[in-house]
Amino acid sequence: MDSAAAALLGMGLAAAGFAGAGVGIGYIFGKMIEAVARQPEAEARVGKYMWIGFALVEAIALYGLVIAFIIMGLRK
Amino acid sequence: MRTGRRSGGRNHNAVHIKRKHKSTMEESPLHPFELHNWIPISLGGLDISINKAVVIMWVVVSLVAVLMVRAGSARKLVPGKLQNLAEIMVDFIRSIIMDTMGKAGMRFFPLIATLFLFILFCNLIGLIPGSYTVTSQIIVTAVFACLVYGLSLVMGFFLHGIKFLGILVPPGTPGWLLPLMVPIELISQLARPISLAVRLFANMTAGHVILGVLFGLSISGGLLIGWLPFAFTIAMNGLEVGIAFIQAYIFTVLTCVYMGDAFHLHGHDEHAH
Repeated sequence: MDSAAAALLGMGLAAAGFAGAGVGIGYIFGKMIEAVARQPEAEARVGKYMWIGFALVEAIALYGLVIAFIIMGLRK
Repeated sequence: MRTGRRSGGRNHNAVHIKRKHKSTMEESPLHPFELHNWIPISLGGLDISINKAVVIMWVVVSLVAVLMVRAGSARKLVPGKLQNLAEIMVDFIRSIIMDTMGKAGMRFFPLIATLFLFILFCNLIGLIPGSYTVTSQIIVTAVFACLVYGLSLVMGFFLHGIKFLGILVPPGTPGWLLPLMVPIELISQLARPISLAVRLFANMTAGHVILGVLFGLSISGGLLIGWLPFAFTIAMNGLEVGIAFIQAYIFTVLTCVYMGDAFHLHGHDEHAH
């Protein structure tokens, strides 16, 4: 396997990290819906933390993307 | 052995085809983020050339200034559209500060409001085709993150003196855990500005790369199937407007949280929540 192919594989593997973020975002919104269904009056207060958590999880997915970009810059 | 060699050969072939394809058909997905100097200026070896990002930043600053000054100049008891918008914004930023820093944080209101408005307008103006997203340059977000984090450190040492180093020890840590906890907390502190910078930069870059890839698909798909990715492009654009707001909000909230940590060491003062 030459290094260019390895770089392409590495970029794909870096993108595989998005699976974890998918699980995380599912948890966040699922728990949010659960919480609001139980206590609808808490929606405004819970929603604030939901968006913060959503952004944190999404950022972790994007670190994988940054690594893919770094590999893209390193190849050839 | 043989299968290994064969699969290796196949991989090589695939890469070769892909390269040829790439050089003829499309460019790197990061191509739209490249900057070219319009007016090269050098000040004592320092490159302060004017390029698209600089011009867009000027546009953003003047836009925010004109909007806010116009909203604030003709104040009425019954607000018009512009004044209403400005009041909502001020209320929103004030509630962020009050929730995280408490009343004492209100003296940082100008800084936080400027940061929020600048990042929000940078994110939004980048969605206009032909424009440029300044926040997709990591140097812009890194400067903001380092500024904010440095300010929180300076403020912490100013308020608490050497006792501010206690931020490295979570309250209630038993003594024998200290050699373990202090390095962990140190790393988590040092990761704060990096994550603050990379989050905004990566979100903006990724959003625009996805838009570009989808639009490229709709062009190469032709009329028969190309409408499908085009519809996705429109939906993604709507999502990107939301992301622009959320990321500006997150940056502001985390700024307030970090500064609030420096304000109330371990939160034993009166805290908002």
